[in-house]
Amino acid sequence: MKNFLRLLTIIITLFGFVGVSSAAEKIEYLKTDWSFKGLFGKFDRGSLQRGYQVYAEVCSSCHSMKYLSYRNLSEKGGPEFTVAQAKAIAASFEVTDGPNSDGEMFTRPGKLSDKFVMPYENVKAAQAANGGAYPPDMSVLVKARGDGANYIYSLLQGYEDPPVGVTLDEGVHYNKYMYGNKIKMANQLSDGLVEYGDGTSATVEQMSKDVTTFLMWAAEPHLEARHRMGFKSIVYLIILTILVYFSMKRIWSRVETEV
Amino acid sequence: MSDHDYTPKSKVGKWFNDRLPLLTLANHLTDYPTPKNLNYWWTFGGILTFCLITQIVTGLTLAMHYIAHADMAFESVEHIMRDVNYGWLIRYIHANGASMFFLAVYIHIFRSLFYGSYKAPREIIWIIGIIIYLLMMAAAFMGYVLPWGQMSFWGATVITNLFSAIPLVGEGIVTWLWGGYSVDNPTLTRFFTLHYLIPFLILGLVVLHIWALHVPGNNNPVGIDIKKPSKDTVPFHPYIVIKDGFALLMFMIVFAFFVFYAPNILGHADNYIEADPLVTPAHIVPEWYLLPFYAILRSVPDKLLGVVAMLSAILILVFLPWLDTSKIRSAVFRPLYKQFYWILVADVLILGYVGAMPAEGLYLLIARVATAYYFLHFLVVLPVLGFKEKTLPIPMSITEPILGGSPNFAAAKNKESLDNK
Repeated sequence: MKNFLRLLTIIITLFGFVGVSSAAEKIEYLKTDWSFKGLFGKFDRGSLQRGYQVYAEVCSSCHSMKYLSYRNLSEKGGPEFTVAQAKAIAASFEVTDGPNSDGEMFTRPGKLSDKFVMPYENVKAAQAANGGAYPPDMSVLVKARGDGANYIYSLLQGYEDPPVGVTLDEGVHYNKYMYGNKIKMANQLSDGLVEYGDGTSATVEQMSKDVTTFLMWAAEPHLEARHRMGFKSIVYLIILTILVYFSMKRIWSRVETEV
Repeated sequence: MSDHDYTPKSKVGKWFNDRLPLLTLANHLTDYPTPKNLNYWWTFGGILTFCLITQIVTGLTLAMHYIAHADMAFESVEHIMRDVNYGWLIRYIHANGASMFFLAVYIHIFRSLFYGSYKAPREIIWIIGIIIYLLMMAAAFMGYVLPWGQMSFWGATVITNLFSAIPLVGEGIVTWLWGGYSVDNPTLTRFFTLHYLIPFLILGLVVLHIWALHVPGNNNPVGIDIKKPSKDTVPFHPYIVIKDGFALLMFMIVFAFFVFYAPNILGHADNYIEADPLVTPAHIVPEWYLLPFYAILRSVPDKLLGVVAMLSAILILVFLPWLDTSKIRSAVFRPLYKQFYWILVADVLILGYVGAMPAEGLYLLIARVATAYYFLHFLVVLPVLGFKEKTLPIPMSITEPILGGSPNFAAAKNKESLDNK
């Protein structure tokens, strides 16, 4: 057993090493209590639904979410809108379909199986409309940034006047959490910008938290299932390990060797 | 080998075994006499077999859903993560499985270094092991390219560009590797093909690795030759099977923790950004398990020499059985080697650390010193140590230290007694 503890220590130190080395040049992000962290972390349904509202009313005018479908909105582990609500959301978008039997493209109301409608036809169009900067697709954005949830949460609240001596070009804004501090996206959130249906007060902080929660789910839609299965698997493995340990002791008791 | 004659009990078994002696093989594997003093560092062989099988099984499943095309690869990975039943689980096992595989292989290699398992008569086992390790690196590198994220693309660009350091034909080779004038769709499809192929090559080499192991039998912590079968050995089944099983389960707990609770911690965030040939990431960093070699590569100012140094760092291991001139295998009886061993471990960890840092200032200086020491260890320390070191007395049998006797057989120190089998 002593050997084993030594081995475990070495493995943990090794990963500590990896952790330290990847934590280079870190800025202290704003912190909040994410409900999805930890062994039993789950999404806060209300926050996900509010987050979708912020996305739909604010972000979606520039940012696409091309890997999500409207059906995802009613799926388990997500915002869990009712199927009727998700259908209504889908139907509020116009989707280009076709070609029909005449060879023409046509538009129709969105269905659950449709992917989220994109705000721009393509990347070039998005760039043209945004001063050359492409508003990144948000489907996996949280995973595409180091410490993604805290980063986005902070970034949305990180706008301030540039310090003395920093000059900004036309259409560039100062954000203390952005890499290099210069960002093309203007400050989007202000208190009371959206009106939450559930009566939650729409402060900048609250909206940042809700939309980040929504983006976390979008990037990791099976997070709840993963946490549930993880806990069960690890408990199962620990019990099995203990049983196998005693079997091993028993078998090895036949020879005069410590195991 | 110490196989006694084996005859299957049933008539059918005997009929079959006379024509294809699979049952004799199974009997050999279960009865295989194993030193009974093996510690837990010896369980990583079994763990590595588990890792290989896990990678093959999850990889085959992923290949059923993945599309190897520059325009569709990234999307197909997202499709796996979102819409394929338990696709997220399979992919996270596969991605973290690669890290677990390397974690285990490094422990396995450093165990061999500590206990001198590479020495006669086990040189072939060791060399096959090094080839497996090289193939693992190739497979892991190409696998990392497949999701076609930013790190995939730029990692592939950096690594394939290394070949351009070769004088005269370098550029031509790189174009040939890429199948074009930059990393693009032809590169992706061939990497996918090779990534699919290599694990089966590894599987074949693992069979040879184990076959070569079963000729002289396992080394052991005391590092002496033992009679097989004898009081010093136990049959592989059930003793080693249950012990390996126990260690494997412990390993699986660590594995499961990564898969379920930190599935992306060992990867790079940039790889969730789709590959863009026009945007270079701020830092291009390889996966953690390649960092020490990356540090060696960058510590040499000249490109060609850097590549040579990096390759030499791995290939030097092939010659290790002859570079180490000491006849004593286990570091337990080599007080000086033991210290140098731990310095080497620290050296490699330091190389890994600076490999993740920008190659400038103090980091670069540390990388250079550590690189120099790495080669010094193999080219100077080991050969000299074999002649200079005053080793401790070695016991006659492994039962000796285990039964509480002190390892105090002065006569056994003589190398003749080591090789007298």
